[in-house]
Amino acid sequence: MTNDVIIVGAGIIGAACARALASAGLAVTVIDRGTTAGGTSSACEGNLLVSDKGPGPELVLAQYAATLWPDAVAALGEQLGDGFPSVEFDPKGALVVATTTAGASRLLDFVATQCGAGVDARVIDARQALRLEPDLTPGIEAAVHYPQDAQVHPSIATQALMASARLHGTRLLENTPVLGPLFDRAGSLVGVTTPGGELRARRVLVAAGPWSGQVAGLLGVRLPVRPRRGELLVTTRMRHRILHKVYDGDYVGAVGSDDGGLQTSAVVESTASGTVLIGSSRQHVGFEARLRVGVLGEIAAKAMRLFPFLAGAAVMRSYGGFRPYMPDHLPVISDDPRMPGLWYATGHEGAGIGLSLATAEVIRDLMQGRATRIDAAPYSLARASLAPHLQVGRP
Amino acid sequence: MTARLLPFCADPVRPAPPTPITITVDGAAASGVAGQSLAGVILASGALGLRRTSASGRARGVLCGIGICYDCVVEVNGQRDVRACQRRAVDGDVITTQHDPLPGGDTG
Amino acid sequence: MSRVLVSDVLVIGAGPAGLAAASAARQRGASVTLLDASDQLGGQFWRHLPAVRPAASERVLHHGWATFVGLSQALEADSGCRIIGGAQVWAIETSAAGPAAVHVLVGEPDGVGRERLVFSGAAMILATGAHDRILPFPGWDLPGVFTGGGAQALAKGERLAVGRAVVVAGAGPFLLPVAASLARTGSAVLGVFEASRAPALLRGWLPRPWQLLPAAGKGVELAGYVAGHLRHRIPYRLGRMVVAAHGTDRVEAVTVASVGPDWAPVNGTERTLEVDAVCVSHGFTPRLELAIAAGCGLTAARFVAVDQAQHTSVTGVYAAGEITGVGGADLAMAEGAIAGHVAAGGLASDDQVRRAVRARRTFAGFARRIEAAHAIRAGWEQVLTADTIVCRCEEVSFGALCATAESTRAGSLRALKLSTRAGLGICQGRVCGRTVEELLATRVGDGGLRDQVSTDRRPIAALIRLGELAADHQGRGLSPEHPEPEPDPMKGTK
Repeated sequence: MTNDVIIVGAGIIGAACARALASAGLAVTVIDRGTTAGGTSSACEGNLLVSDKGPGPELVLAQYAATLWPDAVAALGEQLGDGFPSVEFDPKGALVVATTTAGASRLLDFVATQCGAGVDARVIDARQALRLEPDLTPGIEAAVHYPQDAQVHPSIATQALMASARLHGTRLLENTPVLGPLFDRAGSLVGVTTPGGELRARRVLVAAGPWSGQVAGLLGVRLPVRPRRGELLVTTRMRHRILHKVYDGDYVGAVGSDDGGLQTSAVVESTASGTVLIGSSRQHVGFEARLRVGVLGEIAAKAMRLFPFLAGAAVMRSYGGFRPYMPDHLPVISDDPRMPGLWYATGHEGAGIGLSLATAEVIRDLMQGRATRIDAAPYSLARASLAPHLQVGRP
Repeated sequence: MTARLLPFCADPVRPAPPTPITITVDGAAASGVAGQSLAGVILASGALGLRRTSASGRARGVLCGIGICYDCVVEVNGQRDVRACQRRAVDGDVITTQHDPLPGGDTG
Repeated sequence: MSRVLVSDVLVIGAGPAGLAAASAARQRGASVTLLDASDQLGGQFWRHLPAVRPAASERVLHHGWATFVGLSQALEADSGCRIIGGAQVWAIETSAAGPAAVHVLVGEPDGVGRERLVFSGAAMILATGAHDRILPFPGWDLPGVFTGGGAQALAKGERLAVGRAVVVAGAGPFLLPVAASLARTGSAVLGVFEASRAPALLRGWLPRPWQLLPAAGKGVELAGYVAGHLRHRIPYRLGRMVVAAHGTDRVEAVTVASVGPDWAPVNGTERTLEVDAVCVSHGFTPRLELAIAAGCGLTAARFVAVDQAQHTSVTGVYAAGEITGVGGADLAMAEGAIAGHVAAGGLASDDQVRRAVRARRTFAGFARRIEAAHAIRAGWEQVLTADTIVCRCEEVSFGALCATAESTRAGSLRALKLSTRAGLGICQGRVCGRTVEELLATRVGDGGLRDQVSTDRRPIAALIRLGELAADHQGRGLSPEHPEPEPDPMKGTK
């Protein structure tokens, strides 16, 4: 088969890109060293958020994605039929709550910047917050309602996007790792070698999440993506008491930080199955996935601060994943000027699920030489903020 | 035609005479003996079902009896998700059976 | 803050293996901590009436009761053995440097605000036992369907008979003591239905019967059950399975059918029996979650891999009893004695454990034959209808499981668990996990499930309340109560 694109990575980014490219008529093969949604895409919350983003390119991408999700969910439902499990798209909105005066002032400053950038952020008082979330702690210093936020089941969404891509002709090769690059005489990347043989394409798109750095290394270039661990708790089923995605104002600070130590902040929401999902943590521990009781304890304590009734909730499971973290907190959605034929759609940190659809359209448009709907320059590998991190030999 | 405590005088194991206890299950009294699990008291009172499932509202009882299956979870004195087969009954315990509908589903 | 407790040897599980291990370790002078989730010693094998109901002839219901009394009373009187009941291990935290930390909740089962303890030490012995495997069939989710172990626990633990007219069904010699307990608790056992057929049993039980001579005790035990059956006139039928349970909100009847050598039901052989309880057991599933959390390697047959000293692949971690292979109490005690002896500094070649080593060889052989005779055979799947529930907690039917596998074309257990929810409910796959894996393995294309995920792995090994989990972090200014007065409603309305 002559491929137009080989996509390395069958997570949500790879699946969304495959669907966008295949439905534009390109011949696509997706390979993954494991299985579809086998990595971070199945180990996260399923966030479709604008609330946690200040003005900037990440917000622009998120707003672009927000316009795409409802139609995509409907289209997937039509295309895949009732027999396919629901992606559980829930436009529930978010409530961000500060319970300290310092947190409140930080939150309100942040909201002010968002309002100028087109985010529907409604500062509300404690009484209104308690009407939206009756079980919330009464100790509210500031609260903001973001109606635009939504949630989706990340693993099912990934599987749905991949199923759609395959219906459009995408070939999927699981348990197929990249071993090395294939170059033509001009030095352009024209494919990859795998245990099953050579795969050739005009372009290779690396969408391997936190492992994109390793894949890039196998191909011969440096990509400074690092894993940032996050842990989540799942409670037993209970009646529906938490109606939005609710998180404390600390989340804002945690997302944008570079601190290598442990950071936790409370994020609490219900799921379609009746459980309550509780996060979250950020830690640079490489790919070390071992259980950390202390981390879970901090997450638990902060969640109870938002919803005191959770003290009696029973945790039945905990899971964690590795966010793909870029040093300048923006994904890479572009070609690699250092190696013709090599492209990236990766580095989305904790926002990959939501940003996937917009990323896919940007990739599609760039690859076809068409105008992108948004300015794609901020996501280019060639951006100034990444330059120091691309030098060979830098840690 | 239900579960039944073997009367102690007919028991080849020759246990000491039992101390009766009473608990309430959804407001109705259920009698048992000291030392029994909540599951045992509920079963011997004539009820085989301890809860209703979330999606289809079907009755569930005790399956594994040793704390593995979590089918027998009940609310005990306000504590939810307590395995009735693992918790010993105390005189005066207030048991509420659980039925948690799914978000957006029919209310129980 | 959690209290951290240290002893030379930590034993998790106080059934036959754990008791033997604790005893052996004590004999070498090691300090021992023995944990069990129950408030009683004995595990499932020696489940007995509680202390508030002492019984003069408890031994009538048990095998080796005198052995249990000897072991347990010695340990209870031994100041070098710290016994903690109501101790639920909920996590094992490994670290790159040093021994694992064993996190425990002590208090009422599924309580709120239980005490948190952490155990650490040079040696840990996992003796977490096994639980019944029950294969699904139409109606198995009705109240009145119990596992064999459940019927046993109620019969031995509180002298409760699960029904007045009951049927015992499944596979394996465990069906016999279940029927005996029921009969001694006032039930009328209408029949014991064993799925394996005579030829399989003969092949499994009887080749080289002289090897069973050292297991004469086992022979006596089984002979006793058969004799008991004759006395109680309980029919014991081979090559039969319960293929359906019937009733509205509870079991009222079952259908029993003959099965072929592959366990596939034979049309036209169905018979219906009126019952008020059914007790089913298709062998045992080892409780592996703590061993997996501790990093122990598993065998291809999915038991904890151990060497001749009962040492696992993790330094300082030993395993004994059903988790190394299902083999009954005698094998468990032999393994436990060796594990305890070695964990406390001895060698498997020492004289003190020579008898245990011999016993282990004999009973392990017996165990392998039982497995060969009673192993689950794939034809059982033919009892399933599209509506038969496969994952009880999440109410996932066989039809839904197959339809999702087909529609998503997923090849991984992780993807299928997440999209069907099978195995993601409150029991975390303990009941359905192995069954779901086996059903999917033959219904997923390209050679079966393609990831290395298993349903045996549960980093959170037991329910823990959020308040208990947060306990160590409450002091750091994270009190859920906000001390300030009612906020000014005019604040933040811009």
